[in-house]
Parts: sequence; C-alpha cells; structure tokens
Amino acid sequence: MSHAIFIWSAYGATVAALGGLLLASLAARRKVRRALAARGLERRR
Amino acid sequence: MAGLHILANPARFRRFSERVLPFLSVVTGLAVLVGLYWGLVVAPPDYQQGETVRIMFIHVPAATLAMAGYLLLAALGASLLVWRHPLAALMARAAAPVGATYTAIGLITGSLWGRPMWGTYWVWDARLTSFLLLFFLYLGHIALSRAYDDADRGDRAAAILALVGAINVPVIKFSVDWWNTLHQPASIMRLGGPSIHPSFLFPLLWMMATFALLFVLLVLVRTDTEIDRRRLEAAEFAA
Repeated sequence: MSHAIFIWSAYGATVAALGGLLLASLAARRKVRRALAARGLERRR
Repeated sequence: MAGLHILANPARFRRFSERVLPFLSVVTGLAVLVGLYWGLVVAPPDYQQGETVRIMFIHVPAATLAMAGYLLLAALGASLLVWRHPLAALMARAAAPVGATYTAIGLITGSLWGRPMWGTYWVWDARLTSFLLLFFLYLGHIALSRAYDDADRGDRAAAILALVGAINVPVIKFSVDWWNTLHQPASIMRLGGPSIHPSFLFPLLWMMATFALLFVLLVLVRTDTEIDRRRLEAAEFAA
C-alpha cells in the first residue's frame, strides 16, 4: 500500500492551514489600516 | 521578563515589530523552503515507518508549538489579570487562533500518520484525547474573548480560561508516561537525550525552529492588527 497519499495530504493540509492563516492575517491588517486611514487616523509610531 | 514588561507598551511594541517583521519574514520564508526540502527530499525513509516518517517533521513541531502557545496564553492571562498590561489581552487575542491552527495541524497530521502506522485515524487514548481537549480550550478562548460587548470583560474571562486550561499541557506531555497509550512515548524531550537517529533529529529540530519562527511572525502581525482595531473601535465609539 502506498503511503504517498497520507504524506502529501499531511503536507498539503499544513501548507493550506498556515498559508491561509498568514494570508487572512495580512488581509485583516490591510483592512483595519484602510479603515483607520479613511477616518484620517494615521498609524502612530 | 523585564524585556517583556518594556514591550507591554503598545507604541513600543509597534516600533519593535516594525523593525523585526521584514527580517523575520525573510528568515521564516527561507527556513520553510529549506525545511520542506530537507523533510521531503533529503531525509531518508525510516526502517520501520518507511516514508511516513516525513509526516513527523510537521506533526511534532505543530504539536509542540500548540502546547507552547497555550502556555503563552496562560502567561499573557496572568499578565493581564495581575499587572493589567494593555498589550497582554491584545496579544492573547492574536495568539489564540494561531495556537488553534497549530493544534488542528497536529491532530490532522497525527491522524494521517496513524492510519498507515496504527491502522486507524483515531483512538481515544490519553494523549490524543488530551490534545483534542487543547483544541477545544483554544476554541473556548477565542469564543470567550469575543462573547462580551465589553472587550475587557471578554479578555479577562478568556484569561481565566487560559490559566485554568494550562493544567492540560503537562497532562498532554506526561500522558504517555502516566497511562498506557497507543501513542509512543517521548523521543526528543526525555531524560537521557533524544532517542532518534541524527538523520531524523536534525530536520525535525529545523522544522521546530521554523514552526516557532512562523508562530512568532503570525502573532506579531496579528497583535499589530489588534492594536489598530482597538484604535478604530475607540474612534468609532467617540464619533
């Protein structure tokens, strides 16, 4: 029995989950920054 | 600890994260590429597990970081309840979904390793069950922190859950010693040193470092977003 399906599924699920979380986190950051900018609130440094 | 106290100021944290994030992103990206190549191509098959040993290079780091992440939540909870650090609640909100994702990866990859090795995706043994409980604790933390109109009340309730739930972390760690489990005993963090061959140990340690870098990167980005979100909510409330 080939185990390739289990290995690729595990790596695929990991890349999808972590990649998805990273993209979602960056998208959320961009959205909040745009909303702040729309209200004339510059990011404080 | 003194360093963490300094970073408890959101403005100071922001300056720190903006300096660190570009460098951390590049290092993490390179570490992921090297780790995938090492784990999928360079590492040899195991004499017992065969090629499925490659799943260990993602399962073990994900599970380890999932537990470490919950200890971070507990530390942030204590920091919020005891010192009322303004950043602790925001960082806990940022870290909980990251920890939940790592836990889900640990569960999924463990199941995918278990099917060819044990003949089953799941058994209700102490290690697997306590690790599933960790996933629910993360979900509970996420839900509780967002359950109140008053964000501070939600953060305090979630902090208490994080502190109480932290008792599950040593239960997960020592479950394989305290009970008879299908899950194998510790092979890296054990008395007498690691019991696995260096050809598997080094890629595993590399992937652990890579998963840790990615965890830090995600938490920094999400904490930065939480700081901005609080500012936005304050502005909307004031309008």
